[in-house]
Amino acid sequence: MTNIDLIASLKKIVKPYIQNEVAFENLTEETDFINDLKINSANLVDVVLDVEDEFDIEIDNESMEKMLNVKAAIEIISTKLNSK
Amino acid sequence: MNRVVVTGLGVVAPNGIGLADFTEAIREGRSGIQFYKELEDLNFSCCIGGIPAVTEALKKRYFTDLQLRNFNASGITYGCIAGIDAWNDAGFTSSDAVDYESGIVFGAGTSGVEKFRESVYKLDDGKVRRLGSTVVAQTMASGVSAYLGGMLGLGNQVTTNSSACSTGTEAILIGFDRIQSGKAKRMLVGSSNGHGPYVWGAFDAMRVMNYKHNDSPERGSRPMSATASGFVPGSGAGALILESLESAQKRNATIYAEVLGGAVNSGGQRNGGTMTAPNSDAVRRCLRSAIDSSGIHPNEIDLINGHLTATVKDTTEVENWMHTLQRSGKNFPYIQSLKSMVGHCLAAAGSMESVAAIIQLKEGFIFPTINCEDIHPKIEKLIDSAKISDKAIKKELNIVAKASFGFGDVNACILLKKYQ
Repeated sequence: MTNIDLIASLKKIVKPYIQNEVAFENLTEETDFINDLKINSANLVDVVLDVEDEFDIEIDNESMEKMLNVKAAIEIISTKLNSK
Repeated sequence: MNRVVVTGLGVVAPNGIGLADFTEAIREGRSGIQFYKELEDLNFSCCIGGIPAVTEALKKRYFTDLQLRNFNASGITYGCIAGIDAWNDAGFTSSDAVDYESGIVFGAGTSGVEKFRESVYKLDDGKVRRLGSTVVAQTMASGVSAYLGGMLGLGNQVTTNSSACSTGTEAILIGFDRIQSGKAKRMLVGSSNGHGPYVWGAFDAMRVMNYKHNDSPERGSRPMSATASGFVPGSGAGALILESLESAQKRNATIYAEVLGGAVNSGGQRNGGTMTAPNSDAVRRCLRSAIDSSGIHPNEIDLINGHLTATVKDTTEVENWMHTLQRSGKNFPYIQSLKSMVGHCLAAAGSMESVAAIIQLKEGFIFPTINCEDIHPKIEKLIDSAKISDKAIKKELNIVAKASFGFGDVNACILLKKYQ
């Protein structure tokens, strides 16, 4: 799966939780979940669960702590997918 | 001390949602009790109950898509709808600024039992990390007040109370005290109760629910009837905006009624009182103290909106009113039970019934108590049977007494007066 595909999937996953439409429309690898998309920090847990369901992977606590922006999320998902 | 008035109402009931629909329902004696196959399939003895007809479309008018994501807590749904309706009815809207002069006391027995069940299954399956972020908010007792506080931006005390089936009436008194003492200008008060087998099952197990009307659900809830045979479970929410008279007058608000006063107490599970039965001495003290604190004479009470669940304790309740008021026979006030139409809505009962009481004060009628065409002979010996009507009566009312009693031998009573 290419990064472009991953970003597209991720965009779909975070959509219900975002509170900044403009930042969401202009989402790039540099986009931060909390500071840019204004996702409630409690909801990051739900984003992670939705990612697990979408890609059929398990994201451990340490990885989850790092999953604060698109770039980190893509890296973690790619790594988990590759080690499947 | 501030006088306290009611300036907004909201209700989600099995027989009507919203003030207009509910007013019509209680005026015509519409039952909201239905048969539920789910209960039968789960081997319930009592397979009837009262569930408000809240649609997905209605929920979307009150909750965001994000709030409804993985949401499974009917009591919180009802509480938030009733609470927002009451707030809007009082002439307020949700604001970006925090209103530090308005607070919330929204009572509950349990919260989000359905969500809790879901979570227990995941937990036992070793999947605690899969619960998601909203289980706490959906299952904490203060769920409704927490959701409402955020939706409306209220910054005074935001809390919940819990005293079994007296919860709703107690919530009103807590808010009343806060405004009377000047600690808040407005309090959104009320209570809610979810529905379904996981809420009702433990009552079915106690054999206190009516299992004789599974084929005639609308006839099942029979307060004060000779053939009463246990309560019918209900669910829903009632909400009131209490406000200092000064604040209400200043903003030219519609005033539904005045809360004159009230009392809460407990029978200490002594002198006949137990976990599940009332100590009548304590009940009478509570009623007496509510009347005294309201500064009225017992003869001034026009109508009693009773607890009256359709168990053997109905007669005891009527007796307690009779002794407290020192009124009997033809001199006894009218007495009624909303539960005849909506069942026993448990923690929500007191607030829903208070909303019904206030509607009657405002509109000048007495709603019918259905299913008591055969008034219990013991009750008929105490009071004139014309004081219990199965037809609506058009009548100007001045003062209504509302009482609720609950497990734990707890009592609550408030006095409401037409505002002139």
